Amino acid sequence: MSLLSFFNRRSSAPVARERLQILLAHERGIVGGESDLVSLLREEIVALVRRHITVERDNIQVKMNRGGDVSTLEIEVEIPSASGAPIAARA
Amino acid sequence: MAKVLVVTSGKGGVGKTTSTAALGAALARSGDKVVVVDFDVGLRNLDLVMGAERRVVFDLINVVQGDAKLAQALIRDKRLENLSILPASQTRDKDALTEEGVARVLAELREKFDWVICDSPAGIERGATLAMRHADLAVVVTNPEVSSVRDSDRIIGLLDSKTEKAERGERMEKHLLLTRYDPARAERGEMLKTDDILEILSIPLLGIIPESEEVLRASNVGAPVTLNNPDSAPGRAYFDAARRLKGETVEMTIPSDRKTLFGKIFGRRAA
Repeated sequence: MSLLSFFNRRSSAPVARERLQILLAHERGIVGGESDLVSLLREEIVALVRRHITVERDNIQVKMNRGGDVSTLEIEVEIPSASGAPIAARA
Repeated sequence: MAKVLVVTSGKGGVGKTTSTAALGAALARSGDKVVVVDFDVGLRNLDLVMGAERRVVFDLINVVQGDAKLAQALIRDKRLENLSILPASQTRDKDALTEEGVARVLAELREKFDWVICDSPAGIERGATLAMRHADLAVVVTNPEVSSVRDSDRIIGLLDSKTEKAERGERMEKHLLLTRYDPARAERGEMLKTDDILEILSIPLLGIIPESEEVLRASNVGAPVTLNNPDSAPGRAYFDAARRLKGETVEMTIPSDRKTLFGKIFGRRAA
């Protein structure tokens, strides 16, 4: 066993600690933070869309996807067309 | 004033049942009236760890569904008269537990006991959420290991959102019980340290239970480790944790099993 691998073997706990801190910051964002930011955004987006278009509340989807580098906010609005078939608008 | 305490963890196999039995017996030893309740429907084990498996006649589901009276289902411990166990059903489905039924049984237990300790099943499904639903405080059992810490974090989130207390806008009292801890490995950097875990989970520490052969020895014979060997390292650690639950200030130490020369020579024999 080389000296390097001897020291590597000894220092696994700090790696565990760092991995957990990064992972949990991410997971808490999805589970805990979701209710705050995304629900606030959802309410305001629904209000905004309905001010201009007659659309069912359930036809507006707001999703937040958090990634390591980039997070995306997905808004999907299903607008009923004159003929009755819905037209989906995505942003 | 009775307290309903849930012993939970998310992850399985970290020591919920062992801790329920050990804390229950330690609190009973201090003179309090204690009942330990198994919520693991279909996979009950608290009866086995407590050594009461041959005395089970009725169970929690029978009482929830009104097929048996509470007094018929409660099993009094043979070693401590103020310690009782309410077993789970081994044959029924966990869906047989209703929220109203559980609330009614817990209300009845509150009138008879000082401590109602609910042993939660692993996971975050119905059984686990029902076990924590009506609790006044929670003991989160965690091993110094990444998957256990992650699951504990998830359970803490549920305790803060899905319990009656949280829904009333009150703060759920949560305590961390660190089990299977090996101070020597933590010191060598091979295991997460207590401070690392406390920093990550940010809930107060109830106790540190060292990894010990005594835990298996106690479950082999069907006795809580606090009764089977009160002077062992895990025994003393659980007694300290029980005193902290009662509001006493006890210095946080990690007890170790003292090995005498005699013990070293004969320590390998089967107990």
